[in-house]
Amino acid sequence: MVPLAWYLVLSAILFCLGIFGFLLKRNIITIFMSIELMLNAVNLTFVAFANYWNEHAKTVAEKVVPLSGQVFVFFVMVVAAAEAAVGLAIIISVFRTRETLNVDRVNLLKL
Amino acid sequence: MSPISGVDYIRILPELVLTAFGIAVMLIDPLLKPSDSRRGLGLLSFVGTLAAIAAAVYQMHYYGLGWFGMVRVDSFSIFFHVLIPAISAVCILASLEYLEQQKIGSGEYYALILFGTVGMVLMSSAVELVLIFVALEISSISTYILAGYRRRSASSAEASIKYFLLGSFATAFFLYGVALMFGATGTTDILRIQAQLAATNPGILAYVATALMIIGLGFKVAAAPFHIWTPDVYEGAPAPIVALMSTGPKAAAFAVLLRVLFATTGTGWFWLIWISAALSMTLGNFGALVQGNVKRMLAYSSIAHAGYLLVAFAASNQLGISAAIFYTAAYAAMNVGAFAVVSHFGSAGERYVSIDDYAGLGKRSPLLAFTLTIFLLSLIGIPATAGFLAKYYAFTAAMHGTSATHPTALVWLVIIGVVNSAVASYYYLRLVVVMYMREPTVSEPPAPASASMRVALVITTIATIYLGVVPGRLLDYTTLAASDLQPKTKAAGMMGARFKSLTDLEVKELFRRSSHVTPAEDNRSGSQEKKRVDNR
Repeated sequence: MVPLAWYLVLSAILFCLGIFGFLLKRNIITIFMSIELMLNAVNLTFVAFANYWNEHAKTVAEKVVPLSGQVFVFFVMVVAAAEAAVGLAIIISVFRTRETLNVDRVNLLKL
Repeated sequence: MSPISGVDYIRILPELVLTAFGIAVMLIDPLLKPSDSRRGLGLLSFVGTLAAIAAAVYQMHYYGLGWFGMVRVDSFSIFFHVLIPAISAVCILASLEYLEQQKIGSGEYYALILFGTVGMVLMSSAVELVLIFVALEISSISTYILAGYRRRSASSAEASIKYFLLGSFATAFFLYGVALMFGATGTTDILRIQAQLAATNPGILAYVATALMIIGLGFKVAAAPFHIWTPDVYEGAPAPIVALMSTGPKAAAFAVLLRVLFATTGTGWFWLIWISAALSMTLGNFGALVQGNVKRMLAYSSIAHAGYLLVAFAASNQLGISAAIFYTAAYAAMNVGAFAVVSHFGSAGERYVSIDDYAGLGKRSPLLAFTLTIFLLSLIGIPATAGFLAKYYAFTAAMHGTSATHPTALVWLVIIGVVNSAVASYYYLRLVVVMYMREPTVSEPPAPASASMRVALVITTIATIYLGVVPGRLLDYTTLAASDLQPKTKAAGMMGARFKSLTDLEVKELFRRSSHVTPAEDNRSGSQEKKRVDNR
């Protein structure tokens, strides 16, 4: 039985990797993948906590709706898919107008 | 578990109406020839927003929880269900002219506005964190697309990608906060989270969760230090869309902030909001001083206004909530108006957006210059305009609520706010001076405003002046809405421990004026809600 804390630490590490990827990478697609990594880290947290609360539920049965945490993951995945569809379309429109996917060169709007 | 009843559908009626009209627009659009005007679709979606407002007013008889306690209809939600579709309606009116000016001929533009509005209104009535997340994404994804709607323009595409990347980044933070709050309390229902946190001592997890949610929502309301995207996106996006996204999603995100923060009192967010408010006001106003582009200048001003709004939040009392709600309405009236003028004056390809282009507008188009002046004076906060009263109430609320641990913190915040208002008047007045005192650089007068644009400008001007001169009725309503947000039971005690809340006499004074509505509606909503909670 893996303790809850391990899952939480793993998801926190994944989330931080996503943040660093977002801040440090220069290619728009890679930045976008970093955001997906962050969302998946959150999914891991949801599942871990759902499992934890369900084990807990035997003592405080009314407090937890069973499976609620697992179901949230599906919501997040659907939203992430919708976001990906729109995001990739926007990336294409940027590439058409600028012919580059480097964020340092997409810099028309500056002070 | 209670089965779904007809009342449940009424509790999301405005959302259903908006979705139906949005789908209708999407279905009719392909039937038109590419060369046809899309004006009719615009008018159809305008009717849709009006129908949504009517549906929201109808909801007043159906207070309570719906959809297994995920949606809550109360005065608070109805306020935003009227405000946000009204913002969309005016933006649609402004867009009718804009799309023809820019030669954009596609109907899904209006459908996206309607779908975005669905997300925004749902944010204000959702009381379940995952539903709030879904609603947030519905509104965000629509606005990401709309921001890049001038497809052939590189700056519009750039605005869209920046908004998209930073917006999704922020959403991930919000979602992580939701997950941790779920972990801390075992539920995502705001009302139950509130009970849970009040019953037990909130652990470190709840603190981190609240902080992460504030980061996520801070991005959406463009509060410093999460404001970096705002100027770029506002500059590149189509002007009527900027009018929408600087007010609609902002109002909705503030509604969520209010609901979330006042459910999690006691998780130490006071200083987070304090710092964010002070930073937003200062960075926003000083940033605006050096801008040469009107859209960019208004973007920085919008950051500053988010700061003023956060001052009302930091007060964290009844007055503060009511002031914050009033502020969203006042800000919407003046800002949508200002961007409508910018949108009209920009002409094809948004050529005229620098401050120098406005030189001599007072002579070339006196009426347009006059309306813009009213909006700018209101943004400064000159008496007899909506902006003045909004700011006045926000600062008054902050003076009333004194933090127990740091007695002078809120006073300092108000001082920072007042100094900032003085700084702000410089850049707004500069535009007024340029319009009236400088000789025109372009000789030909701008194209006359179309009928729809005139209606949009008349509505926003009247709203700006009405809220500044006779705010009584709206203020009564915001007070009522604020009381809805704070169930009178435990919250009062919790607030008392942390902040000096209003004395009973003051609260009574505030409610006396709206007493003809309060008792009846309170009883009804109270008993209905109790019944529904029991059912669950």
